[in-house]
Amino acid sequence: MPEKYHIKTQPVPPRQPRIGKHGVVDWREDCARCHNCVKKACVYDRYRQEADYIRNLNDVDALFFECMGCFSCVQNCTKNILCLSVNPTYEKLGNKYWKPDIIKTTWLQAETAKIPVSGAGYRGPFSGHGFDSMWTDMSEIVRPTRDGIHGREYISTSVDIGRKPSYLSLNETQSVAGLPPLVSIPMPLIIDLSSPAHTLPKLDAAIEQTAGDTGLIAIMDSRYRPADEANLENIAFYLGPDSPPVPDAILKKTRLVEIADSPAVAKRIQEIKKIHPQIVVAIRVELTAAGIGRAIELAELGEVEVIHVVADANGNELTAQKPRFLKDMIRQIHTTLIEKGVRDEITLMAGGGIALPEHMAKAIICGADLITINLPLLVALECHLCDSCQPGSPCPARLEQIDSKYAVGRMTNLIAAWHDQLIELMGAMGMREARRLRGDVGRAMFFENLEEETFGKLFGTRKVAL
Amino acid sequence: MNTLPENTLKTRVPQEKVDRIVKTAPSRYRNEIAKYIVHRSLDCERCGKCLEVCTHGVHERKPGFEYFGEPNHHLCIGPSCANNGHYCVAQCPKQALQIRENPMYRALGDCRWSADLVLATWKMAETGEVPSAEYDYNYECGDSGGGFDKLRFKFPDRPPVKLDANQIDTSISLNKRKDGRPEVKIDVPWYGGGMSFGSVSNVTQLSKARAAVAWNTFTCTGEGGYMERMRPYDDHVITQVATGLFGVREETIQRVPIVEFKYAQGAKPGLGGHLLGDKNTPAVARMRETVLGISLFSPFPFHSVYSIEDHMKHIDWVKHVNRRALISTKVSTPTDVDMVAVGSYSAGTHIVHIDGGYGGTGAAPDIAKKNIAMPIEYAIGKVHQFLAAEGVRDKVTLIASGGIRSAHDIAKAIALGADGVVIGTAELVALGCVRCSLCASGRGCPRGIATTDPELCGKMDLDWGTQRLVNLYSAWRKTLVEILQRLGLRSVAELRGRTDLLMHLDYTNDVPAKK
Repeated sequence: MPEKYHIKTQPVPPRQPRIGKHGVVDWREDCARCHNCVKKACVYDRYRQEADYIRNLNDVDALFFECMGCFSCVQNCTKNILCLSVNPTYEKLGNKYWKPDIIKTTWLQAETAKIPVSGAGYRGPFSGHGFDSMWTDMSEIVRPTRDGIHGREYISTSVDIGRKPSYLSLNETQSVAGLPPLVSIPMPLIIDLSSPAHTLPKLDAAIEQTAGDTGLIAIMDSRYRPADEANLENIAFYLGPDSPPVPDAILKKTRLVEIADSPAVAKRIQEIKKIHPQIVVAIRVELTAAGIGRAIELAELGEVEVIHVVADANGNELTAQKPRFLKDMIRQIHTTLIEKGVRDEITLMAGGGIALPEHMAKAIICGADLITINLPLLVALECHLCDSCQPGSPCPARLEQIDSKYAVGRMTNLIAAWHDQLIELMGAMGMREARRLRGDVGRAMFFENLEEETFGKLFGTRKVAL
Repeated sequence: MNTLPENTLKTRVPQEKVDRIVKTAPSRYRNEIAKYIVHRSLDCERCGKCLEVCTHGVHERKPGFEYFGEPNHHLCIGPSCANNGHYCVAQCPKQALQIRENPMYRALGDCRWSADLVLATWKMAETGEVPSAEYDYNYECGDSGGGFDKLRFKFPDRPPVKLDANQIDTSISLNKRKDGRPEVKIDVPWYGGGMSFGSVSNVTQLSKARAAVAWNTFTCTGEGGYMERMRPYDDHVITQVATGLFGVREETIQRVPIVEFKYAQGAKPGLGGHLLGDKNTPAVARMRETVLGISLFSPFPFHSVYSIEDHMKHIDWVKHVNRRALISTKVSTPTDVDMVAVGSYSAGTHIVHIDGGYGGTGAAPDIAKKNIAMPIEYAIGKVHQFLAAEGVRDKVTLIASGGIRSAHDIAKAIALGADGVVIGTAELVALGCVRCSLCASGRGCPRGIATTDPELCGKMDLDWGTQRLVNLYSAWRKTLVEILQRLGLRSVAELRGRTDLLMHLDYTNDVPAKK
């Protein structure tokens, strides 16, 4: 049994004042000076720390932001002059897809490396768009370990990247011939290329270190050169149409490389394999209207080992008027490849719109072998996703000022929290191996199916789009 | 005592009675959160017109005082008052009054528990009455956009049978097996869910128990052990045997009429229980026989259960230890929940309790609360129909939980196929919970409900807590009776499985009813 995967973490506090969901507005001019101030009774001591905040002018609003929203002071004030409100800054975080709740929970995980825990049941909508329209299954009796999910036995989250022949062939000497190379990583997650707007030398160095520390792989621009050559095993260079080539000596120290899709991919793969026969080559396919067809077409080419399909940052099909969502596109590719009898031979990586750890598990259930992310790691560094990353524009997260310890610590913490949450979901499902989760839709329940089975039979046709 | 079968506890303590009397139990906070706020400007000449016209007691001037006190905002019914001739804003000769929606309202509640639902529940817990329509609370459902929130009853224009409220039976029987064990009947089709000592305060637990006595129903210990202070209410307690076996002894099993095996719970299906170290106070550690201050995990699932046969072995053990006990089996809602329910029945359970994925009161990983297992709305029909197809529907009681927030949800759950429901969060809301979700952090609930911190526990009084729950149950029963009256049904049992009485707002609703 392979060694248990464990990511070493430690708390990394934020550099900016925390942005909480609630804040208490204090109308001091009407205060009765009753000497029995409810502020003293704040369970969280927020008011007691008031002086500390006020001393630091950069953090004057932190007091406002750290309210926990329990209404106790509001309801006990003798003059009824306190008012709890939703913090407008909080509501401005992220966008329609990357909702403030996602940003907040990502910040928390990046700080603590812990699984977010709260009480009082689920608070959100019944179901929603994309990954929110499916639930993972659980098993009442069967589970992989009798000692709890963090106990003596463990759940393997490692996956293999590469081409897996459907049968073995023996050569003249009766030994197995021509097995393609495989790359194993301890978790079904790869750090994807940063978008050009977010490219910072410091960030690249931190990503490299994070990939090295976690044993994962980061896809990096072909011009990037790691500070530590030992990390080359954890780097996959991206060779785009205009990318300068990576020197052979460097390429030979890597395990995975990604190339842009083109009509000449087969030739390109051969060229790379000639330099480094044991390297695994992934092809990046943008999920435009032709993306699904192209991914399927590539899977049928004998040379192709890995296909990396990428939707936009919100998980939507690119350049489409009525875009399909990543989950549905993965399912279509996966099932078509099964029908064609080639699914097990190639590795399918999927990226775009993976914002939460449950998205990782759900994308794998829908048919991806592993997922790729970049924005969650950026959010881990306190990015607001304000989309104003222009030269000269002030960055609210001051990303240009990050130091390596902070950035690597936060990103590592986030990955560790995601790993633990993947194990939670798999534990509940009774799954011992992330490899076996792939395409196992029997371990999930889909909104459209449950609606049809339950309410469709009783109430006719659904009028509202799913 | 003499009629108790052998193997029943011989050391029963006298059982305490709690009267089923509705009494006003106002908020324990000075400022009740209001939907509307009333603003009196400096133009007010203190003429008293507002005091005269308002029939809701919003305006108040203490005897001997010239100036008005702070308006009782929470009693104001808002701009709808303009339709009834009692609108202080319109009648103020100096136009000194303004009514507007409370900006704080947005900060209260969430999709499942809307601010209206929270306030209406508080109102019911305060008065024991259904909130007046004037208050304009939309408390029949939440804003989750699916499940119960999209289901409505198809009320006929006129009830098919005219029934008096006294003629309507809201009781249900919990033992349908006819196996010689007691016919346990509860007066309302719900009972209180398991909240362990440790996760909630003993005042909360005892308030629940006393309300259960008043309404002849049950509360559940959860898995944190059986407090000695619960013993005067033994006859209305379900004790839980969960995977951690915290505080489970033969003696505690012998105390009660119902023993519940907890396999899973809706808040964290498939993950077991988890009491955070901060809540493991000396009292909790003593009760659970554990080390102080460490996190306590209940593993998942039972280490001794791999099959229905193993489950049956457990049931047989409890049935032997307590010859009068009914057995409940609490499971969550996996895709094969119907098979699990039938298996539990065949193992000898009296009650199959299914807990939907959106439920839960205590701390749970967010990822589990949102994503694991199906919502209860789907599971009820699935289990009900499968039990019927297997020919055992009338031999087992089906109890649903996990997101039941109101009497309307109860009625909908029963119409979908449940016999009754278990409630949890609604009771906590009645006790003043604002759903800040901080039950798990530090010293626990800042409202003194889900905590064992001595200072925080002191925020709530047992008599007040009991009264709030007695009142809530009363208002719920009235609502339920009204629903049954409007549908022309004589009992809640007649409502079970009547999906023909429901409609779904997102569907065409054109499927002919089965005869």
